[in-house]
Amino acid sequence: MSDGWSFTRWSAGILPAWAHRLASPPHFYALAGRLTPWFAWPAAVLMAVGLFAGLFVAPTDHQQGDAFRIIYVHVPSAWLSMSSYAIVAGAAAVGLIWRIKLAHWVAHAAAPVGASFTFLALATGSIWGKPMWGTWWVWDARLTAELVLLFLFLGYLALADAFDDPRKGDRASGVLALVGVVNLPIIKYSVDWWSTLHQPATITALGKRAITIEMLWPLLLMWLGATLFLVAVTLTRARAITLERERAQAWVGEAL
Amino acid sequence: MNALVAVARRDLLVAVRRAGEAVTPLLFFVVVTTLVPLGLEPRPELLAEVAPGMLWVGALLAALLGLERLFAADHEDGTLEQLLLVPTPLALAVLGKVATHWLVTGLPLVLVAPLCAELLALPHAALPALVVGLLLGTPTLALLGALGAALTVSARRSALLLPLLVLPLAVPLLIFGARAVALAASGADPLGPLLLVASLGLFTLSLAPLAIAAALRIALE
Repeated sequence: MSDGWSFTRWSAGILPAWAHRLASPPHFYALAGRLTPWFAWPAAVLMAVGLFAGLFVAPTDHQQGDAFRIIYVHVPSAWLSMSSYAIVAGAAAVGLIWRIKLAHWVAHAAAPVGASFTFLALATGSIWGKPMWGTWWVWDARLTAELVLLFLFLGYLALADAFDDPRKGDRASGVLALVGVVNLPIIKYSVDWWSTLHQPATITALGKRAITIEMLWPLLLMWLGATLFLVAVTLTRARAITLERERAQAWVGEAL
Repeated sequence: MNALVAVARRDLLVAVRRAGEAVTPLLFFVVVTTLVPLGLEPRPELLAEVAPGMLWVGALLAALLGLERLFAADHEDGTLEQLLLVPTPLALAVLGKVATHWLVTGLPLVLVAPLCAELLALPHAALPALVVGLLLGTPTLALLGALGAALTVSARRSALLLPLLVLPLAVPLLIFGARAVALAASGADPLGPLLLVASLGLFTLSLAPLAIAAALRIALE
């Protein structure tokens, strides 16, 4: 990447001017501070309405009774665990390709949120599994893939934190996030394959059934609310990391 | 290409001079295999059933041993920086190092595996699938391990961090490798999973050296 034709120089032209401006820490700090309430409040409202509708308005499932209502926490968590990893990997790619340190900070900010969603998906799946399957843990393909995803998140976080020079932690963990993104489909496929061989048909009760619209809309509200929550928390955490890393800069004193 | 050969020859020489280091993972593999019957019961039919998975898990764990030293010595004495200055791409030189590492630690593991399989009462019909699977899979393990080693070469507590980084990535390898042995043990054709192990190897071989080189560049900045 160093001789003659430079990828970094070439790729710098791709990024629009506003993206380069956004990459400046003081600009990002101020902008993210203004934007956060616009995500946080709708997130709170959507999740409150979605949770209420899911717990009290949506009809009872004729097979699972009220136990199915954990879906309103479980499914959005599982979806967002993947979205969070996409954010981490995407931000890490931007950070590595364009050498934007702020992108790495966004990746670090999103990773613990993603790990929490992954853990929540596993925990609610386990709690759901107890009445449905009769055990706390079933080596179901989706649960297993989710568990490996949690390990990837934890590995990323541990690596990001393992360097005396935090900038090295940024870039090393970024490489790991990209390696993980390449490997995730393979892991998912292999776990699916493995599970079809080992897994008897225990999960037919949760198999593909059309979900009625009355059950679906609270789920979509929860998903939208949780997505906005993810953005709001990521922005807030990214601001905190920005302050910490830039603490020697003059602008931090002026901003606070 | 010259750099690749030179690096491989130098690492081989170092490995020969310190033969004790290469024996440790082997010994570990045998000891872990010994622990399995002690932790379960020494019933042959039970052991034969868990043998495919246990042998592969043992190989995975053994491949982690000593990884943190793979690039550390070269990082400390400046050899890595010299490699960066050579006109040969760093990814190729890295391939030389990984190849030697596999030759010293991976290949002996493959050779010892039938002995361990015998200790776990694995049916003899499954031995070819075990040996071929490990022969195809251990290079992949060496590459993944080298990636972990490169990412943590300038990190604190790298020996503790490495398993957390490497093992999740090795999940597909474990699944297909152990499955091939289990299929062969039950008299079925293990070709499918073995081909998947081979394709994982080719895929890793094509991408991992680039990622390892990128990780080493970060460590050297």
